[in-house]
Amino acid sequence: MSPAELNPALDALSAVLVIPGSGAVVLALLPGYWLSARLNVLISFATLVAALSLLIERPAPGTFLFVDDLNVVFVVLTTFVAFTTSAFSASYIGHELEVGRLTPRYLRFYHAMYQTLMFAMNLGLLANNIGLMWVAVEFATLTTVLMVGIYRTHEAIEAAWKYFILGSVGIALALFGTILVYMAARPVLGEGQDAMVWTTLIKRSSGFSAELLNVAFVFLMLGYGTKVGLAPLHAWLPDAHAEGPTPISAVLSGLLLNVALYALLRFKMLLAGNSAAMAPGSLMVTMGLLSLIFAGFMLYRRRDIKRMFAYSSIEHMGLITFAFGMGGPLANFAGLLHMSMHSLTKSAIFFAVGHIAQAKGTQRMAAIRGLTESHPVLGWGLVLGVVAIAGLPPLGIFMSEFLIVSSTFARAPFLAILLVVGLLIAFGALLLRLTEVAFGEPTGSTAPIKASYVPLFAHLGLVLAAGIYLPAPLVVWFQTVARLLG
Amino acid sequence: MTGAWFDVAHMLAGGLVLLSLMLLYQDRMFALLNVFALHAVVLSLSVAWQAQVQHAPHLYITALIALGLKAMVIPVALRRIVVRLGIHRTIETVVGIGPTMLAGMGLVALSMVVMLKATAQADPLAREDLAFALSVVLLGLLMMVTRRNAVSQVVGFMSLENGMILAAAGAKGMPLVVEISIAFSVLIAFIVIGVFLFRIRERFDSVDVGALDAFRGERL
Repeated sequence: MSPAELNPALDALSAVLVIPGSGAVVLALLPGYWLSARLNVLISFATLVAALSLLIERPAPGTFLFVDDLNVVFVVLTTFVAFTTSAFSASYIGHELEVGRLTPRYLRFYHAMYQTLMFAMNLGLLANNIGLMWVAVEFATLTTVLMVGIYRTHEAIEAAWKYFILGSVGIALALFGTILVYMAARPVLGEGQDAMVWTTLIKRSSGFSAELLNVAFVFLMLGYGTKVGLAPLHAWLPDAHAEGPTPISAVLSGLLLNVALYALLRFKMLLAGNSAAMAPGSLMVTMGLLSLIFAGFMLYRRRDIKRMFAYSSIEHMGLITFAFGMGGPLANFAGLLHMSMHSLTKSAIFFAVGHIAQAKGTQRMAAIRGLTESHPVLGWGLVLGVVAIAGLPPLGIFMSEFLIVSSTFARAPFLAILLVVGLLIAFGALLLRLTEVAFGEPTGSTAPIKASYVPLFAHLGLVLAAGIYLPAPLVVWFQTVARLLG
Repeated sequence: MTGAWFDVAHMLAGGLVLLSLMLLYQDRMFALLNVFALHAVVLSLSVAWQAQVQHAPHLYITALIALGLKAMVIPVALRRIVVRLGIHRTIETVVGIGPTMLAGMGLVALSMVVMLKATAQADPLAREDLAFALSVVLLGLLMMVTRRNAVSQVVGFMSLENGMILAAAGAKGMPLVVEISIAFSVLIAFIVIGVFLFRIRERFDSVDVGALDAFRGERL
């Protein structure tokens, strides 16, 4: 270990980890909701600043942590959404305390866990060691399990248990895949630390045993795929989204699914570097397409508003996995763009839905009608969000979906038809539900609610801006990453 | 490496697969827990043997964790939970024992075929260890699928995890094995505490579709 690593307090890379890590400790010790909610926002903002500074200057890769073009995209996105969600959470959680769904003791726990989750996710993204990455993803899963069950209702505990068991099986399979990658690397890189360091793995992957890498990737795909929420392994996702606090739904959909996908992408790059190994794309394309079409159909039968948007997350994660599975500069670019747009839009939708559920006192869609009349700002915010997530122009998701579909048409027209069918099915379901919820005669409580609109419209504004005009530096940046992904 | 070294490692790993198969057909809770405790003892012997063979003293820690926690503390805790929940009579199995055993044998054959083919270049000890470990993992998964009782599902998960530790210990010189086994122990402790605190008797995807709909909020 070099001296620079032993003195980590100074560089931005460690700051991205140290700030939320120590923040979690402080929040755990601090009583009082008012102060800790604000401190939570402040800590998240400091982490965002540290992450942004990584764009300007990057420390050299170490044996445990590193930054490159790929993970810096994920880190900036994660810390940004974490910051806006913490601002949303401050007003959301205040209301939960007022109505007595949470007690001050649980709130203290909630805030500490929020920063612990941020620490775990950033660690997973910045890890240069595939074992450390696995540990970080497991850690992030555990913290979210605790958060999902925080309301202590029967449903919340069932949801947390289901998430826990399925998530544990997923991460266990991912570990088996990780061990197999180590076994494949060992003859080339020698025993010990080196054979698990990603930067050395990727340089030498052409010499690894192709058969072992193939088997490893199948396990990694199943394992991390469970965490991404891909179709046959998605069962935990809707429950976890519907029963936990809404800020956690936003963070789950917007961020944690991405972290698992990131892990998958890293291993895909490893296989792409070995000419004898199978093409990992086909597996990703199949599972992605399956998730997309399956979730599209499932959207029609939903009665719970948060559950519906959870299925929409499965749909979009499927689409993103599909895009990365297709590969090539254009599809990868579209996948990255879609991932960023989905994170921003879906968390914005959950911000709106969280306040709506608080205003109406229910998550049942049948009991929510005429939102644009009873709560105009929230109602139109939701309309804009759903229009964005359904993929209508001129918002950002339209552009990324268009790129994915058109690049697929050029290479595999048959797949593109399936893709379009899946997108249209989901589109229909979302608009159908939206008209019911947003328009018509208002039902339920029409009392105004204290809500924070800034995070909601900040996200939607960014999505709209990206749909109209993508700044050139961003395009260049994403193109570089897309080439890196192969 | 002499023949005897190899044979002992081989025998212990094979014993673990055999015990995994035995777990599949136990239909009494206490018997299941006893077999699992034996499973953990064999795992810890196997890991200790690897520590000896590979001259990797840190693996002894993993072996001790397996012995102390999984062979003693957890089975005792689970036994008390079983009594407390009043489920010590029988275990419901979703599929009959015959088909389950056939499926188990199929999975063992599958993992042999897959791993032995995939690891043609690796050294023989690691090869067989990996093949056995994969069998244990798949049998653990099978057990989680075929059981409905939460406690026996937890046992299924722990046997799956024993397979992971076997694989990690068999991968010569792999870093972070001890850390990973500790991470897994934390996970298992969480699971057991969860079962205990929330009195979870059965897994939730019950065959009763009505209950499922109520839970999903579809029939409110």
